[in-house]
Amino acid sequence: MTGLGAVYRRELASYFATPLAYVFIVIFLLLAGAFTFWLGGFYERGQADLAPFFNFHPWLYLFLVPAVAMRLWAEERRSGSIELLLTLPLRPATAVAAKFLAAWTFVAIALALTFPIWITVNYLGAPDNGAIVAGYLGSLAMAGGFLAIGSCLSAATRSQVIAFILTVVVCFVLLLAGYPLVLDAFRGWAPPALVDAVASLSLLTHFQAISKGVLDLRDCLYFAMTIGAWLYATTLVLELRKAD
Amino acid sequence: MIEVNALSKRFGDVVAVEDLSFRVGAGEILGFLGPNGAGKSTTMRVIAGFIAPSGGSAAVCGHDVVREPLAARRALGYLPEGAPAWPEMTPRGFLGFIADVRGLAGEHRRRRLDDVVGRLGLAPVLDRSIETLSKGFKRRVGLAQAILHDPPVLVLDEPTDGLDPNQKHEVRALIREMAPGKTIVISTHILEEVHAVCTRAIIVARGRLLADERPAALEARSRYHGAVTATLAAAADLDRAAALLAELPGVTAVERSADEPRLTALAAPGAALFDPVAAALERGHVALHELRLETGRLDEVFRTITTAAEAQP
Repeated sequence: MTGLGAVYRRELASYFATPLAYVFIVIFLLLAGAFTFWLGGFYERGQADLAPFFNFHPWLYLFLVPAVAMRLWAEERRSGSIELLLTLPLRPATAVAAKFLAAWTFVAIALALTFPIWITVNYLGAPDNGAIVAGYLGSLAMAGGFLAIGSCLSAATRSQVIAFILTVVVCFVLLLAGYPLVLDAFRGWAPPALVDAVASLSLLTHFQAISKGVLDLRDCLYFAMTIGAWLYATTLVLELRKAD
Repeated sequence: MIEVNALSKRFGDVVAVEDLSFRVGAGEILGFLGPNGAGKSTTMRVIAGFIAPSGGSAAVCGHDVVREPLAARRALGYLPEGAPAWPEMTPRGFLGFIADVRGLAGEHRRRRLDDVVGRLGLAPVLDRSIETLSKGFKRRVGLAQAILHDPPVLVLDEPTDGLDPNQKHEVRALIREMAPGKTIVISTHILEEVHAVCTRAIIVARGRLLADERPAALEARSRYHGAVTATLAAAADLDRAAALLAELPGVTAVERSADEPRLTALAAPGAALFDPVAAALERGHVALHELRLETGRLDEVFRTITTAAEAQP
């Protein structure tokens, strides 16, 4: 597993070697703040919790996380460094996991930098800090799901723009899988069991369950399996079209 | 040691490599020649484990690249075409990363890093980002990465492409210096390189093996092998000299240079022409600037072999 640590450290450092990391973090924090205070009515609600903060995370991630994920493999493919990376004595799965974990750590750093809002809410009232921790975990899990999807789609193309757009679309569909917008497309023809299956894939439903402070094993499993399945798919896609 | 056995690789309908077999042993430097698109890089990518073969097999030090990919890759140092790297990294960070992935540690790691930095003269650029380096330094960083773990087998895809003549000379010297005990394959389309470094050369075109010989044996296939070229002092003597040479036994044809007073007498197989040509020209009182025995022209052999293959359906 020495390879995993080495690739992970290289990847994480590479985010901070370019302006990308700083631009991302600043925009993430600005938007998170703007959504919470203006759209979410953080003060007007008069409640000491972070619901208005977490409620907007899925929409924030919908555009920001694919921007992080799009370069994961497409950039390696474009610059040719994929050939170097995948001819080192590493299993492809190790490289996939290491790159994913580095991207996830990077998003976690950005998320952790929202801590002033947690301090603020504790200063203003007496919130349920357990629920807030659950909210952060749910938010991180959802970011992980988006990243895993982005990783797979990034591996499928050498164009970062295509990877970005595909990831946004897939994430959007998965977010809303439990809502009429997506379900109506299935209801006309699919058996009810399939409609229910699609509905249960909804990222938003699972995220909202966690962000209310309920850490259900099913929701945790859902995110773990989403991440695992998309990373496995990433490995398959890489194996299939490494040299293209 | 590298063993390639009946290797083939197809991309959809396109056959990149077809039924290619060769072995390279320790101490050999194999030059892998062929026109662009002949399947050189594809073959090297299969050996490096980057792409899987469609048929046949390849093994590095006895480890099959498909069944034992990690063992094969540990024994191999590989420079991909164009020497890719991560542009935002410094050579120090880059080589440190390779050392970590390859599991080099402690004193051994430090010694190997010092060794490759010294050999490739990377000290002045260690802390500059790779994207700001010249092409020559980028190539050297790629080479450093390939030899960092002191592998018994090296596969270098166009190691001197894009370098200036001095840098080419340095890289060739480096390859020769590392050669004892190692198995080295370099691909190139620069034929002088074959002379300069290789102990053996194979020529491929359209994915098929067309020749596998020592450089000298390849040259002997040239129609210029054993030919004698005379550069005359005066162009006025050309016709007379050509007539003299054409009469000599063992001369199959006399070629004239288009822009210089120069004649080349082509030799029949096995004929020794130098002395007879010198004597004939002296008897005819033809004043000479230079008289030269040709060993054969590799570029001509290369063209003959590969264009014949291209012409086939």
